Amino acid sequence: MEVAHATHAEVAAQRQPGRVARTLRSSIGSKTLMAVTGLGLLAFVIVHMLDNLQIFLGQERYNGFAAFLRSTGPLLWILRIGLLALFVLHVGAAVKVWRANKEARLEPYVFRASVRTGYAARTMIVSGMIVFAFVVYHLLHLTFGLTHPELFALRDPAGHHDVYSMVVLSFREWPVTVSYIVAQVLLCMHISHGASSAFQTLGITHPRWLWLKQGFGPGVATFIAAGNIAIPLACWIGIVQPGTGA
Amino acid sequence: MDFTLHVWRQAGPDQPGHMELYQARDISPDMSFLEMLDLVNEDLEKQGIEPIAFDHDCREGICGMCSLVINGVAHGQQPATTTCQLHMRHFRDKDSIYIEPWRAAAFPVVKDLVVDRSAFDRVIEAGGFISVNTGSAQDGNCLPVPKDAADTAMDAAACIGCGACVAACPNGSSMLFVAAKVAHLAHLPQGQPEKRRRVLAMVEQMDREGFGHCTNHYECEAVCPKEISRQFIAEMNREYLKAGLQAH
Repeated sequence: MEVAHATHAEVAAQRQPGRVARTLRSSIGSKTLMAVTGLGLLAFVIVHMLDNLQIFLGQERYNGFAAFLRSTGPLLWILRIGLLALFVLHVGAAVKVWRANKEARLEPYVFRASVRTGYAARTMIVSGMIVFAFVVYHLLHLTFGLTHPELFALRDPAGHHDVYSMVVLSFREWPVTVSYIVAQVLLCMHISHGASSAFQTLGITHPRWLWLKQGFGPGVATFIAAGNIAIPLACWIGIVQPGTGA
Repeated sequence: MDFTLHVWRQAGPDQPGHMELYQARDISPDMSFLEMLDLVNEDLEKQGIEPIAFDHDCREGICGMCSLVINGVAHGQQPATTTCQLHMRHFRDKDSIYIEPWRAAAFPVVKDLVVDRSAFDRVIEAGGFISVNTGSAQDGNCLPVPKDAADTAMDAAACIGCGACVAACPNGSSMLFVAAKVAHLAHLPQGQPEKRRRVLAMVEQMDREGFGHCTNHYECEAVCPKEISRQFIAEMNREYLKAGLQAH
């Protein structure tokens, strides 16, 4: 039932200055920020995985796509800055929520037990921190080329930066491959709880969309992990071979 | 039946507490958990030891007064059951049982197993009501309530405000309680005029009390003696965001 006229109290609440800022700073606001930025990052991770699965289509296709991305110039930078902003907001909201939650129970239980929650849900801050560390390493490895400078300098026959051979050859080193696979397992755990959680936080209650809060997280997380693990694994065991010119 | 009890003893709010060991002997399987504690207390009094303080009132599972985290689970392992309705037949003879108070910064320990839950009262005072003119009650049928709305409101109103949700939440969050109180009025026509103000005020009071933030573990739903659904939390999130982010 809709009531046409707002009460005086409601009108007063509506006119409160800084209402939106206060809402975003509240507990529900922080969680909403985490949910929205998390879904944004999830969209990036899916696109990133699909882009990189092109490694199975060969050197020319993969390096051509990399060259195309670089050719977009300012657009690429806008996307990068947007992505960085999502990341910073997501981590910032997570730290705020984590600290508030530590303060909400100062004395722990002597006998600890849980009935419904899972390992992934209980270790979000840890899996998040490990994924964060991995992202730093991943950027140093393949974006800034600092960990394997000799591979970063490779060129393919078309004269493009040989991203393909760089990726394939660096995954020939088992510590690199293993660290990528471990990071993907943790990312999978993080997303399996986070993606479903986001829709609960955003207030989905319609029975038609309940799957978003249940199977979606674990499903999309498994999909991402499978795709992302396939790449280093295929390079390591030799299904994907280095390109010509390398 | 005999049990070994590990009980949290704390003389006062600012005193340090510790776990103390007691023996419960000759307990009937038909006793409730609180009746078992009554017997233990009689024993302690005979020995000149201060009895264990714990909250209780109706002992019918409807008042929300009893609490206790039993072996790490608020109200014990039996689903949809308050501590007063939990019977000793659900335990095995010679079991060790850990008994602790609700643990949350917003629920300070008063003594032993008794905690101060007045933070909940302040959340209700902030907006968990409807404003009506006093006088003779109007005819019930003047205000049509759709059956499904009445059912949903009743499901939320089943909350007895015991605080098990806070005790069970790894984050000490009271979202399930606040969500139930927001929802039971939001689904009824009487709750409409103050709907927006209510959700804003109650959530902000909840934050001020120092409850944690929900991170969707759903431990609250699992221990709730009245089986309040997590869907009410999603509903409150939505209502709060709608109310708080509205431009005018």
